[in-house]
Amino acid sequence: MPVAESERVKTSRKESTSPSPRLNHLRLLEAESIHILREVASEFERPVMLYSIGKDSSVMLRLAQKAFYPGSIPFPLLHIDTGFKFAEMLAFRDAMARQVGAELLVWRNEPAIAAGTNPIVLDTKRCCGLLKTQALLDALRHYNFDAAFGGARRDEEKSRAKERIYSFRDAAGQWDPKNQRPELWNLYNARIHPGESIRVFPLSNWTEMDVWQYIHEEEIPVVDLYFARERPMFVRGDALLPIEQDFVARPGEKPQMVKSRLRSLGCSPCTGAIRSDAATIPGIIAELISFHSSERANRVIDHDQEGSMEIKKREGYF
Amino acid sequence: MATLTASPFSIDEFLLAEREKDLLRFSTAGSVDDGKSTLIGRLLYDTQSVYEDQVKSIEGKGTTAPGQIDFALLTDGLRAEREQGITIDVAYRYFSTARRKFIIADTPGHEQYTRNMATGASTADAAIVLIDASKGVQIQSRRHAYIASLLRVRHLLVAVNKMDLIGYDEPTFRAIEASFRAVLEQIAADTGTPVEVRFVPVSALKGDNVVHTTSAMSWYSGPSLLELLEALPSARETRSEPFRFPVQRVLRPDHTFRGFAGQVASGTVRRGDEIAAYPSGRKAKIERIVTFDGDLEEAIAPLSVTLVLDREVDISRGDLISSAKAKPVVASSVKASLVWMDQRPLDVNRRYLLKHTSHTVPAIVSLIDHRVDLGTLRHDPALTLRMNDIGGVSLHLLRPIAVDLYRDNRGTGALILIDPETNATVAAGMVTEAQLQAVAGDEDESAAWGRVTAGEREARWRHRGGVLELAGPVELIDAVERSLFAVGAATCRIDAGKLESLQHLGIVDIVTDLQTRSGLLTILARPNDEGALTASAGGFEISASADNRMHAVTAVHQLLERAGIFISPEGADL
Repeated sequence: MPVAESERVKTSRKESTSPSPRLNHLRLLEAESIHILREVASEFERPVMLYSIGKDSSVMLRLAQKAFYPGSIPFPLLHIDTGFKFAEMLAFRDAMARQVGAELLVWRNEPAIAAGTNPIVLDTKRCCGLLKTQALLDALRHYNFDAAFGGARRDEEKSRAKERIYSFRDAAGQWDPKNQRPELWNLYNARIHPGESIRVFPLSNWTEMDVWQYIHEEEIPVVDLYFARERPMFVRGDALLPIEQDFVARPGEKPQMVKSRLRSLGCSPCTGAIRSDAATIPGIIAELISFHSSERANRVIDHDQEGSMEIKKREGYF
Repeated sequence: MATLTASPFSIDEFLLAEREKDLLRFSTAGSVDDGKSTLIGRLLYDTQSVYEDQVKSIEGKGTTAPGQIDFALLTDGLRAEREQGITIDVAYRYFSTARRKFIIADTPGHEQYTRNMATGASTADAAIVLIDASKGVQIQSRRHAYIASLLRVRHLLVAVNKMDLIGYDEPTFRAIEASFRAVLEQIAADTGTPVEVRFVPVSALKGDNVVHTTSAMSWYSGPSLLELLEALPSARETRSEPFRFPVQRVLRPDHTFRGFAGQVASGTVRRGDEIAAYPSGRKAKIERIVTFDGDLEEAIAPLSVTLVLDREVDISRGDLISSAKAKPVVASSVKASLVWMDQRPLDVNRRYLLKHTSHTVPAIVSLIDHRVDLGTLRHDPALTLRMNDIGGVSLHLLRPIAVDLYRDNRGTGALILIDPETNATVAAGMVTEAQLQAVAGDEDESAAWGRVTAGEREARWRHRGGVLELAGPVELIDAVERSLFAVGAATCRIDAGKLESLQHLGIVDIVTDLQTRSGLLTILARPNDEGALTASAGGFEISASADNRMHAVTAVHQLLERAGIFISPEGADL
């Protein structure tokens, strides 16, 4: 399994946990998320967890294990495979599903993939529309899921700051910002009409820092692509592009070995890497702290990508 | 990573310090004019919670003087949305300091203020109330303080903002403090929830006393707003409060394991503790406290755990596992403060769904006791509650639930109402009174034998048999009958014509007596054209003007309580 277990600094939570009278922020966030997972599993007929293989999904999956322990996770995992995921990610996905003992569903928009859809032939937006949004809506409809967990967080971007934990979608799977319900205390209104569904965000109140700290404390496996390694990359100014798909290369372009890592995991043609020495989780966290006061240059790609993500989300993806 | 190597930063020390951080949730409310966006922007900026490129992107923009950053632009998502006509709503923001992590529930003022403020306050441990020093105490500040108090936000931090505009004048600050303290006392008297309040003179624009203390106001030696936020007691301390655990789910992975999954709402549970499950009231002991990370000896709120009991007890989702000593009230009638949140006003004859902890029960608002005028804090009579109204109501539940007063327990005293047709969340409620059920929950009514007794009828219908005589406008008589029906009373109406026939036969007393013995509430209706309703029952008589239907109906319900036909809360509490 492509999991960087060996390089992790071992500071196990259990050995150092004194019977502190106070619960720290991670325990409080964990308790809230578990409550949400249990509510949805109990109030909806056919929930599903969208599993994207990234760090947030990894945390969400661990929380689901915790919520139903000693039972197994009472809903399947759904991965929307665009056909452009890193091979490493797919291997990790299958290994995790086996390890957790959860049912894994994989959905691909086969007609679009067969037609050669890619972000260079089409633009990024239309490519995502077909391979992600359309595939997701088709999968939800096909399996008749009425609730879908997603790993999105409110701190990701301005537009997400007002997202509910239970986000309502009409029969076409679309989000009506004017028709969202007030959410008070921990009392979630789970009533839907036939055909309607909800997206649920159990990590709403987590920050990117919380996610990495939790991964560190809980020793949650993540894909090795997050850690800095010497990797072959196409170097275009500040941008580093993985060589995973050959159509990404420009005529005559040759890859170089660059010590780099991915900050977020997406489709290989559209996911830029960053130059980094962070080969451990504490290293990643240290890097994250430095982002707050460092130049924006080393995350130009990631930042641009988030901008386009926002548009995709409004159109019904997340 | 030049910044890291330049300073003596150690990631291991950082991670250890992070483990000690807790979480404080606070709400803010206000409009652009109050400087609320500037205040939040300043908090985020001065705690280094924004990326440098975000700051760069707003430099030289906005409405501030050259060279000054318009911090309001950092939280500007809302303004853009307003232009697009999207509902203005609660936004959540995150930042952390070396001491703790913070979640801000940022609620804009103006439109839908009450609904949004209540939503933001529902999960908040503290609230920042803004007062514009150049304008003094405005309605907006009163409203926010009232809602914070109603929702039991324990700590109020009053930021008297724009001190720079009044030359950092201490007497003005002191005058605002004195007048707002008087308002807060009034509010506490109304909501029954005293708040702990601190006043801080600030200038969000200049950064005075927001994060850093300032030399601009030498007369103020207290902490800055952020220092206060860092020092507040964290998430309410419920360790010593009665243990409450609403069951979310029964976990039965195989025949050897049966556990109850939920989140501790308050208090502490230890292995070996005696507990009771409500509404049944059956008792058991805690055998194990199970988590993925191993069994615990004790669990405190708000941990999510799974409880295993030492014996087989019939418990399902929605039941409340509780301390066997400090019991909740098993009630099918409660009084509650409601914040109405829907475009469709409250309809007293309509059946709503009431969600409380992990269960949902059909419920009817049987009476609107009053509506609060937030300007004057006066309690006015009301026929309905509209969007953003706050009022006191009586709720009749079609199944009993185990509750606490919201005052005592935020988790088991809170509820929402859902419209079963539109599925909208129409109201947030806080239980202010709960009436113990007449029949103890652990006696199973249907399992009883023999003749049905008066006590059993009483338990089902929630009233005793009796006769109610009504004379007045027929619409008003109809309204009374309907309101009785709405609360689940078993009534039998005899109209004037039939009454005459019975009188002619001389059997009125025989008929009403039989009905009374059967536990029915007989209504003798004599419609007339007078402008008042006269009602009598059990030797008491009232007269109510027909102009205010709600008043008249309420008066009849009170009459029935006085006459001992309706079981009064006082009597049932014994």
